[in-house]
Amino acid sequence: MVATILFYVFAGLAILGAVMVIAHRNPIYSALSLILTLFALAGIYVLLMAHFIAIVHVAVYAGAIMVLFLFVIMLLNIRIEEKAPGAFRYMILIAAPMVVILFYELATVVFKAFSRAPVKQTNVGSVESIGNALFSQYVLPFEVTSVLLIVAMAGAVYLAKRRLNTVKE
Amino acid sequence: MQVPIAHFLVLAAILFSLGVLGVVIRRNAIVIFMSIELMLNSVNLTFLAFSNYLQNVEGQVFVFLVMVVAAAEVAVGLAIIVAIFRIRETVHVDDIKLLKW
Amino acid sequence: MSVETLNVIIALVKIILVVYVAMMVTDLILILAERRISAFIQDRLGPNRVGPQGILQPLADGLKFLLKEEVIPNHVDRFLYLLAPAIILTPALMTFAVVPFGDQITTYIAGHLVTIRFQIADLDVGILYIVAIASLGVYGLVVGGYASNNKYSLLGGLRSSAQMISYELPMGLAIISVVMMTGSLRLQDIVVDQFGMWNIIRQPLAAIIFIVAAFAETNRLPFDLPEAEQELVGGYHTEYSSMKFASFFLAEYTNMITASALIVTLFFGGWHVPFLHQANLPVLWEQIIQILAFVIKTGFFLFFFIWVRWTLPRFRYDQLMNLGWKALLPLGLLNIVITAAVMAL
Repeated sequence: MVATILFYVFAGLAILGAVMVIAHRNPIYSALSLILTLFALAGIYVLLMAHFIAIVHVAVYAGAIMVLFLFVIMLLNIRIEEKAPGAFRYMILIAAPMVVILFYELATVVFKAFSRAPVKQTNVGSVESIGNALFSQYVLPFEVTSVLLIVAMAGAVYLAKRRLNTVKE
Repeated sequence: MQVPIAHFLVLAAILFSLGVLGVVIRRNAIVIFMSIELMLNSVNLTFLAFSNYLQNVEGQVFVFLVMVVAAAEVAVGLAIIVAIFRIRETVHVDDIKLLKW
Repeated sequence: MSVETLNVIIALVKIILVVYVAMMVTDLILILAERRISAFIQDRLGPNRVGPQGILQPLADGLKFLLKEEVIPNHVDRFLYLLAPAIILTPALMTFAVVPFGDQITTYIAGHLVTIRFQIADLDVGILYIVAIASLGVYGLVVGGYASNNKYSLLGGLRSSAQMISYELPMGLAIISVVMMTGSLRLQDIVVDQFGMWNIIRQPLAAIIFIVAAFAETNRLPFDLPEAEQELVGGYHTEYSSMKFASFFLAEYTNMITASALIVTLFFGGWHVPFLHQANLPVLWEQIIQILAFVIKTGFFLFFFIWVRWTLPRFRYDQLMNLGWKALLPLGLLNIVITAAVMAL
């Protein structure tokens, strides 16, 4: 009963945050709204019995990725954005109906297939089961992600480094 | 709890659609990036809903990998935006669309 | 009254008693303790006029903060300016929800047999929850520094958050070593695992790394360059006055309490008192002594935090970053390798 109410509260917050991300003019407020959405999603993950993923979600997304976004926005000192030039200003009139059609297609598929199944209380999302899977069956992707992270780190540092002489290509 | 799995999937669909809308109508490169993150999160939610429905741990493992890839992508993408900002002094995508002027 | 209602009431009582009463009272005691201990270290007396031995000094400070004029400058971003003190105080208080400060007792309350655990929430991902909430502590500083619309505040906020992010990694690595030995992420299991030998003896390197990282995470000297009075005017809290300024300081003290409680739980046995079981006291006395032991150990580490603050000089920013990335991070990884090797043998 409480879980049901919590789901709808979190879902409302997530949608509110998402709307504010795409609607707000100031990118700092967009970033903060995205943080609100991420927290609401973490709550929903807990309701889906995915405890480990929920905590990792908070630590990685809300704790690191969004901090990186905020850093970049503050360092580049990006204020209010200007409107799009020319005909692109009215893009929302074409984009909004198409997005509504996209959503309608997705929702229809979902409701035709899964209209009645409730959430099961399971321990598939516990730390033990994910740990077992990650280190036995999926150990290769796990190790490859560590290589991916090193590559991404090296790439990010190199791309953002300030060149002392003029840029030559 | 009595919430059907379908409601989780519809929420994910709503978030995905809002992300697509953000990518299309916003002109600030960083906000476009944030809309992409929104889409990735909706996909995570879908995976977890199905992992619960099918009692399968692979959904959770895949979400973990998606998070790692999203983190790497954000790092490199923001580094690119910073590099472009150094030269063009703007992150408005309409001013960056020409390769050379 | 059903069992569920009783459990909810017990949880609420625990939250109010621990998070609000105990933390806020300890914050007030810390305000006084910092000033008296710093005075003794500097060979002077410190505030001792207000009440006997200065006990009512925190009340005087609180009254001063409440009655001061609330100045909100014109050029700040209003919403974020008002939001930042709230954001910084919330993670500091939330972390205490999983720290165990005692064992459990089973008593009869209102006709039901209930087991009261002396821990607000025993999550099965306890340690990860603390890591996640610690990484949220960055936001208050960043938002506060940005909202003030002032280059000193922005610099101070960005420096401070870069420092906190850099030191989360060695902290996480030290925690991984402890978790490897315990085999569980639950904090209660970590405390129970230390009944034989405290983790400070089994994992000394991890303890040192964690304590240094805790100093950096809470922005305490020798790592408090972001709020260095001599360099950045006030860092991220330059433009704040009266109660909002007080919120930043309350948050810093609360972070200190949380860090001390974590050091005690992870490395010094938590609420465990060696040889207490052989004394064969009644259960209630054992529980009270264990809770007192936890409080005393945490109090010792709070004293240690204050002692180090007034003894060591401040790190320069590049020295601080070098220490975090080039010294503590490799040491943390080395510790994990050594622990794994020893465990495998």
